[in-house]
Amino acid sequence: MLALGLSAYCFLAGFVALFRRDAASARLGETARRAGIATFAAVLLAGIVLVVAAFNDDFSIAYIFHHSNRDLPAAYKFAVLWSGQEGSLLFWSLLLAGYGFVLRLRYKTDQRLFAYASVIIASVQVFFLLILNFAAHPFAVMQGALPADGTGLNPLLQYPEMVIHPPMLYLGYVGFTVPFAFALGALIMKYPGEKWIQITRRWTMVTWCFLTVGVFLGAHWAYAVLGWGGYWGWDPVENASLMPWLTGTAFLHSVMMQEKRGMLKVWNMSLIFATFLLSMLGTFLTRSGVISSVHAFAQSSIGTWFLVFIGLTLAVCTFFLIANRSHLKSEHKLESLVSRESSFLFNNLLLLVVCFTILWGTFFPILSEFVQGHKVTVGPPFFNRVAIPVALLLLLLTAVGPLLAWRKTSVESLKRNFLFPAIGSLAVGGMMILFGVRPWEDPSYFYATMAAILSALVIFTVISEFVRGGRVIAGKTQQNLLSAMIHLCHRNTRRYGGYIVHFGVALVIIGILGTPFNKEVEKEMGFGDKINIGPYTLVCQSFTQDDNPNYANEWAIINVFRGGKQITTMYPERRFYKASQQPQTLPRIYPSFREDLFLVTDVYLVYEGKNETTGRPIIKAHLNPLVPWIWIGLIIMVFGTIVALVPNAAAVQVAATTPVRAPAQVGAGG
Amino acid sequence: MKTVASTQYPVPSRAVRRWLQAAALALAVFVFMGAGDPDVRFKDLGHRMMCTCGCGQVLLECNHVGCQSSDKMRDELQAALDKGGSNNDDLILQGFVQEYGPTVIAAPTATGFNRVAWIMPFLVLALGIAFAVHIVRSWKNRPEPALADGITIPQGSELDEFRRKARKETDL
Repeated sequence: MLALGLSAYCFLAGFVALFRRDAASARLGETARRAGIATFAAVLLAGIVLVVAAFNDDFSIAYIFHHSNRDLPAAYKFAVLWSGQEGSLLFWSLLLAGYGFVLRLRYKTDQRLFAYASVIIASVQVFFLLILNFAAHPFAVMQGALPADGTGLNPLLQYPEMVIHPPMLYLGYVGFTVPFAFALGALIMKYPGEKWIQITRRWTMVTWCFLTVGVFLGAHWAYAVLGWGGYWGWDPVENASLMPWLTGTAFLHSVMMQEKRGMLKVWNMSLIFATFLLSMLGTFLTRSGVISSVHAFAQSSIGTWFLVFIGLTLAVCTFFLIANRSHLKSEHKLESLVSRESSFLFNNLLLLVVCFTILWGTFFPILSEFVQGHKVTVGPPFFNRVAIPVALLLLLLTAVGPLLAWRKTSVESLKRNFLFPAIGSLAVGGMMILFGVRPWEDPSYFYATMAAILSALVIFTVISEFVRGGRVIAGKTQQNLLSAMIHLCHRNTRRYGGYIVHFGVALVIIGILGTPFNKEVEKEMGFGDKINIGPYTLVCQSFTQDDNPNYANEWAIINVFRGGKQITTMYPERRFYKASQQPQTLPRIYPSFREDLFLVTDVYLVYEGKNETTGRPIIKAHLNPLVPWIWIGLIIMVFGTIVALVPNAAAVQVAATTPVRAPAQVGAGG
Repeated sequence: MKTVASTQYPVPSRAVRRWLQAAALALAVFVFMGAGDPDVRFKDLGHRMMCTCGCGQVLLECNHVGCQSSDKMRDELQAALDKGGSNNDDLILQGFVQEYGPTVIAAPTATGFNRVAWIMPFLVLALGIAFAVHIVRSWKNRPEPALADGITIPQGSELDEFRRKARKETDL
């Protein structure tokens, strides 16, 4: 309640101060800024109190009773903060207050713009604190006799990644509030120039990185916990996290056109508004239960609050976009269709079409119920069939885009730069056919082959860009090629960091394209029984059970052989959590890096259950080729983002012997 | 005397047409190869339906511990395939819809209002491309901003010469 009062003051006093320009309003604005800072302290305190209550097993608080129990491991007690409805909203609010805290401390960069952003952030903060105080109170007290123990945390959430996946995702969702606040503030005050973009560039990239990690950790969690052998089920809540990621990615690309060429101003504003609204929509979908989902562990009636807020935000954004549209006129014209500008435009178009497809597919069941009177399912077959062709086009642009120059690209230079990557990628496609992939036999094989060719094209393009630039630097500084490439990267971190991210994306696609070649076998296994799958033989050595205060479990001991040689032992497991009285499988995964390296395959074992008659376990074995590349791709994407965040180094000092008069500005085209 | 040949579309030669027909036939043979195989049909149909236990997963991918629905549905699917004869894929799916309701089908059917689900994304893509092309054209046709007296923008070969020099200096 204190935090609500402080943030409401921050909003109202800040709002008044913005529209009155006298000494008194300047002081009022300063008090608003300080109230915003104090809001962070108040929300942080609330978060700490909830976590301490979880550690102290204080079951007089209803939230702790419903999401914890005495024997829950300490790490999960910490994660109780974001494991349920009320706690996760408090966590949302805490992260927003944290972002606002940093922003308000750095206000001297541009006091007026920061004051606008602070007021807008305070308005979002007020919304969340209103919900926390009046609709989803995290400190609601239990009625009646005090329970001896809690009902425990959902078993699906008792996995190490659940301690970091939600915070990452939320840091991404919440983080987009900052560029949104700056964008809306700049639009309202008709901020001259593109400085607001430079101010928010790092915010946006960090936020995008958090969201990327959050989305991929969610996929990995699904892979490692849900036990169906896949990592992406096109579940509505998964879709909700992907949508702001897509618009955020589009924004990161198109915003460069505004910075460098003064173009696409309305578009960029719309994109950042859409990204924020889709983040809110994601939270709404996760929390309202309006659409059925495997994430339906936190449903309530707060959906109305979110709908009103989303509607209100949309109205405000639309009003200022129309009212101040004259401020957003482009400053330059396009010189050529074959240019970086047009590639960004089409890249944006495709990203938004994928985003629309996901939004459309997610909400079509509701539309169908409204029109036809009954719901239909829009599941993986729909998304795969519609989104994959568009995603392949996007991959093609990812490969071609970096080869195009700003303003205009000559056909000769395009041919010259494109030759090596094109030959290399076609060779990859040829090799796939040579090794037995028949793209004409099945649409999924066709898509896999196309994805392989285009991913290779992206990778070869990135490599050729590094090598080409590295050679120039090496020639001028007498360094070896590797040092020159590192130097080159440091010269224009944003451009080459972006290329590294593209490289990571290509690896992720390579990981995904193994899906049509998955294999699976299910078998009841007694002592010494075997499963043959691909080149592997799985032998059941034993099966047993165990017990601890949190759960009882059954598990099998499976020896994995390849070519007659034992390569590992795996322990697929099934647990029964005592507090929640719920069962949970825990698959075991072995990636075959040592045996295959590039064509790495996951051996994925699931303890499906036990035959009650024979007492023997039922094991389901999956072979999932190339999946580990997805996670490696993510690491490279994160690394690329970090590189892009590093400030550029000074200009290359050309060696005295080089017959060039001035220091060369290399790699400044990104 | 003018000819009209330049305004007509080129007609492929007979040999080219035969090659195209042969390629289309080969593609069709490959696409439908194995379509009658019961295992392939089981896998295909099992991936076109959802498990009805509430797990939200495709029928053949449901491994919900203790799931009562997916085992029963798989057995029913296998039994339907074993019947053979006139029991084609559409009839089998129809039977499941009658038993479990329309939500058992994993993607909207291409009938009635459900067609809209399939058409809309591609319609948006087509409209988006048309809009992007329009935008690009309008950008290209936008008049140059007015320049101060005495300043001229290099054009044509003069501009190419500047570009050549710039590339030579940066070597990129």
